[in-house]
Order: sequence, then structure tokens, then C-alpha cells
Amino acid sequence: MAVKTYIAAITEALDLALERDENVLVFGEDVGENGGVFRATEGLNAKYGKDRVFNTPLAESAIGGMAIGLATEDFRPVMEIQFFGFIFEVMDSIAAQMARNRFRFSSTKQFPIVVRSPYGGGTHTPEMHADNLEGLMAQTPGLRVVMPSNPADAKGLLLASIESNDPVIFLENLKLYRSIKAEVPEGYYTTPLDKAAVAREGSDITVVTYGGMVGNCLKAAENLEKEGISVEVIDLRTVSPIDVETIGKSVEKTGRVVVAQEAQRQAGIASNIMAEISERFILSLKAPIGRVSAPDSVYPFSMAENDWLPQVDDVVAKVKEIVEYD
Amino acid sequence: MVKGLEILDFKKQLEAQDTEFPTLEVLNNDGKLVDQALFDDAGISDEDLVNIMQRMIKQYVLNERSTKLAKQGRLGFVAPTRGQEASQSATSYAFNDDDFLMPGYRDIPQMIHKGFPIYKAFLWSRGHQIGNEMGDVKTWFPQIIIGAQFVQAAGIALGMKMRGKKSVAYTYTGDGGSSQGDTYEGMNTAGAYKANAVFFIQNNGFAISTPRNLQSAAPHLASKGWGAGIPSIVVDGMDALACYIAAKKAREWAVSGNGPVLIETLCDRLEPHSMSGDDPLRYRTKEDIEEWYKKDPLIRMRIFLEAKGLWSSDIEEKYIAEINSEIDDAVKQADNVPKQKVSDFIKNTLENPGYIMEEQIKKFEGEGK
Repeated sequence: MAVKTYIAAITEALDLALERDENVLVFGEDVGENGGVFRATEGLNAKYGKDRVFNTPLAESAIGGMAIGLATEDFRPVMEIQFFGFIFEVMDSIAAQMARNRFRFSSTKQFPIVVRSPYGGGTHTPEMHADNLEGLMAQTPGLRVVMPSNPADAKGLLLASIESNDPVIFLENLKLYRSIKAEVPEGYYTTPLDKAAVAREGSDITVVTYGGMVGNCLKAAENLEKEGISVEVIDLRTVSPIDVETIGKSVEKTGRVVVAQEAQRQAGIASNIMAEISERFILSLKAPIGRVSAPDSVYPFSMAENDWLPQVDDVVAKVKEIVEYD
Repeated sequence: MVKGLEILDFKKQLEAQDTEFPTLEVLNNDGKLVDQALFDDAGISDEDLVNIMQRMIKQYVLNERSTKLAKQGRLGFVAPTRGQEASQSATSYAFNDDDFLMPGYRDIPQMIHKGFPIYKAFLWSRGHQIGNEMGDVKTWFPQIIIGAQFVQAAGIALGMKMRGKKSVAYTYTGDGGSSQGDTYEGMNTAGAYKANAVFFIQNNGFAISTPRNLQSAAPHLASKGWGAGIPSIVVDGMDALACYIAAKKAREWAVSGNGPVLIETLCDRLEPHSMSGDDPLRYRTKEDIEEWYKKDPLIRMRIFLEAKGLWSSDIEEKYIAEINSEIDDAVKQADNVPKQKVSDFIKNTLENPGYIMEEQIKKFEGEGK
């Protein structure tokens, strides 16, 4: 197995998907010759030609509408929205069109579209770039929302998303693009959608998290282990629909839960996870469910981000609070 | 060389915008050809003329019946089409079965001309899932978000170009829809890729109650196509022959790899915006509506065809009776469709619903819903 960055794993997945199925198309702003603003599509335009990997006008709504039209013509579009903060420009195509179309057509038509977009704070992007808007997507029935936390999952989940006949919002963490490297299996493989991973086993408390926050929670678990607290970390991977079975097994084992996300308290997925746990597993709980999130303000940008985003210490503090609760 | 002062003469430029889009006319109000050369060039057969007339009458009768059914509470959403018979039915005659229609919510007639069954159109109106099952008919459901079909048509058109298909995507919006950002984005994107698309803006005078002059300062909505660098024309939308010829030429242009065309049809929505409580007399005068009735596309076509010996009141009555009987059957068929199930709503949402949705499916199925 080769060691790869998160973004290299994504490029490799796109490459394999383009090679495997001629109906796969990759398009978006600057994704052609330039290889995308983060180089996620580096070399793909040269390898597959401008009819398979191509630039679009600077028009997010048109990118979304085109994806729907191309899917109607039996292509499998993998569209890129350059930054997730730009998603508002294409919300109609996503929430009012592709999410609803399978239902509208009474299951007689499929819209196998993948919307790739980078999100997440900590890289000092300008305003309206990095926002954690996954909650908006997760509250839209008809969409699958996938948020990988590591290179191997990024590759396998992207390939599974491209294979999926349901529209998938595939969110790539900006900070992870080049900051982590890990072993990535060779060749074509898929990682199952809708299945959470137990990223670390533990017995005292369950931390449910996803995307860019997984790394922080794993670091927190390491620190806590030195203090004699055994933390199980659940990496959701798919944040809509939620894998309540994996969460349930862990909660029944540990009896204590913290849900951690980068998004603001009122945003993201945490509220939904907490509600599902409360409704299903309350009798297994020995303490209230803890939550780690950013505060409920507008997403700040550039230098203000790190003061605002939840950090490893926030997770450590919240875990201790819930473990100590009697 | 253009003199600077001339470039900076804004007033002159505004005047030029107004004169750049003359209206295409072939058949006048009296049913007489005003452009014999264009008519001859188009090579329209007698059979074509009769087919166009039949389509317009079918639209007329369907509108009569649908609006009545809506008043009786037997249909859900119904948007009247009276006044747009040439703009909708005659334009659509220029397209083939393989061409892809992306309709707006008022464009049910074009769907039916393409082979979408009337009973399904009624079911769509009632919000029944079967009304969205298109089968092999190359059309989509009528779009409510009135610019969305433009960006989607751009995608279909690009797909057709990539597949090397000799077909086009064609789509309709209104004067109100032309103010939507998606309308421009669709035309601009299709233009950038030289994709096989034909765009229609049906300028029927009103977006619900808002008159056309409040939608845009552009003297012609067709000029919006120029911003996207595509050929754009204005057509008398009450003139079935002008509508058909313009659409046919636009299709030929687009299918030959030249890129999209925009057609603005000048027509009128003679009846309410929809049957859900709109009263046009709150925002326009009776006299104004009467003036537009004088331009009725059906009457001019009827006079023209009768003079050619291709049409008569007997033929018309017989044809109307046929359509009425087809509509009677469609109403029965729609009424006999089984009631929808909530469990099916959930099943239709995702191919792989996941644990929580599966739970909900089981719950509703257990309750027989």
C-alpha cells in the first residue's frame, strides 16, 4: 500500500472512475487544464480529454442544472462546487431538483450525480468559502451526504458515491487535503456508504464525530488514555442517512456519549445524532449527552477561525465532564 | 473608426436595442399571408398545416376541459393556456420524438403532443406519482421553478452533443421566468458549449399580476440571448406559422452544431395565471384582454385553412368531439388509479434508504399506508 495525501486519494478515485466508466464526467470551475484550485483533478483533463474533464462558466446554478441534464442523458456527472460556501448559488438544483427527482419520477429515473465540494475551517479562506453547511444538506430528504475523514475512506467512499444511483453530496475537508498522509489500498475498491466506522475502540465513553473533527477526537482519545479514560471514537463517514446501528452498539457498550462537530451548535449533524440516541438508547445512558461544536455565530473567516473552531482540548474537557457525571 | 462621442451616446444605444429585434410575422389577423416568400421557403405541406391546426385545437379543448375540472375541484394545479396555442402547440410541431422537452408548469400541451398521456397530466395536476412517470416520452415533469428547466436543458443539450445525437433539447419559460438567473445561466452555458438547445421565452404579458414592462428594462426579452452570444429573435406568438417556422429554423441551426437559439414569442395569457384564485381583472382591463382576443391564433389559422379547402366547421366539430371523448376516457382513467401510499413516498426518495427510513417504511406498511 502506498502512503498518500487525502487529496491524492481523491484524484486517484476520480481517475479510476473515469477509466472504469466512460459515462463518468468531471466538471466545474477550473477543474480542466488547471486541475482545480486545489489540484484535485490534476492531470485528468490531459488523460481523458476535455469532453470528460472540463471547465464550466462561473455559474454554480448552471453546473447543477447541467449535471441533472447530463444525468438525464445517462451520464454519471461528478460536479465540483469550488467551495462549499458557494452552495447557496446552486441550492435549487440540489435541494429542489436532484434531491426530489427520484421521488418525482416515481423511481422510474435515476440521478447518479456526485456533488464534490471542499469545506471546513482552519485554512484561512475568505468569507463564504469554508462553511460547514452539511446540516442543510442532511435536512434535505433525497440526498446522501458523505464526509470522509482520511485518505483511504476518501478514495473508497468517492468511488462508492460515483457508483451510487442516488445523488451524493461528497464533502472534502479543506484542512485535511494535504495535512494528513496515510496508507491507501491500491486499485479500485469501494467503502460502503451509510456505514459508520469504529475509528478507535474504547469502553468508558463514545465520541460520535465526522469529517474534519475525527482527527481532533482521535487525538483527544490518545490524551485521555494517558489519564485512564478509554474513548471509543465513531467516525460516521456518511452523515445522512445516519448509521444508528453502529452508534447504538457503542452507546450500549459505554453508556456515555459526546457528539463532536466543527459546525455551529445549531447547525451540522449533532442535534440529529443526539435526538436519535435519546429516542432509541436512553436507557443505556448513564449521563446526559455532551456536545462539542462551534458557537452559534456566523462563520468567521481567515485568522479568526482557530479561536472559534472546536479544538482537541474542547473534546477532552467535554469527555471528562460526561465521564465524571454521576 | 467609431468616434468616442458616438460610443458614449447612451441614448442612441438604447434606441438601437429597440430596433434590432423586428417581429417575425407570416400570417396576419385576417388569415392572410404577409410573407409569402418565407412561407414558400419553409416548405410547409398541407398535412403540416392541418396537424398544426389540430394541435392548437387539442390545446384549446384541453384547456377548456381542464379549467372546468379545476373549478369542480377534480384537478389540482391547472395553469390555463388560452392565447398561447401558437406559442406552445405550433412551436412544438417543429420538434421530433427524439428531441427532449423541458416544460414549465404551463406547458402541458407540448407534453401531450409528444405522447404524454392526458390521464397522467391530470394525475400530475393532482400530485399523484404516476403523473411523473414519463415512460419513453422524452419530456420532464412541468417545472415549477421557472428558470430551472433552462439550466437542465443546457445539460441535456450538452449530453446530446457529446453523444453525437441528431436531436435537441427545447425548453420554455415566460416573461417572468426570463428574469430568473437560471434563464441566463442556461443560455450562457449552452452557448459556451455550442450545445443543441432551443430556448423559448413566451412573453405572455404577465407574471401572475406583474406586467412585462416591470420585468426588465430590455425593450425585447430576446435581447437577453445576445448577452449569451446566441442568435435571438422575436416572433408574433399569435401567428402559428411564424411560430412554427421560427422553431423549425432554430432546431435546424442547433442540431447542426451551431449552438442554441432563443425565440421570444409575443402572446397573451388570456385567462388567469392559474385556477387557484387569480383574477386578471385586478391587474388588467377587460378592454386589454379583448384587444388580444382579436389576435386569436386559432381564428387566423382557421380562415387560412378554410381558404385552402383544408378545414371546415364540420371537420372542426368532429375533431373536437374526438378530443372530448379522449379527455372523458382520461378523466376516468385518472380517477381509477389506486390511492398513493406514504410508504411509497419514502421508498421513492432514495434507492438505498438506510436504516431509519427503512424503519419508517415498515411502520407505514404495517398501518397499510
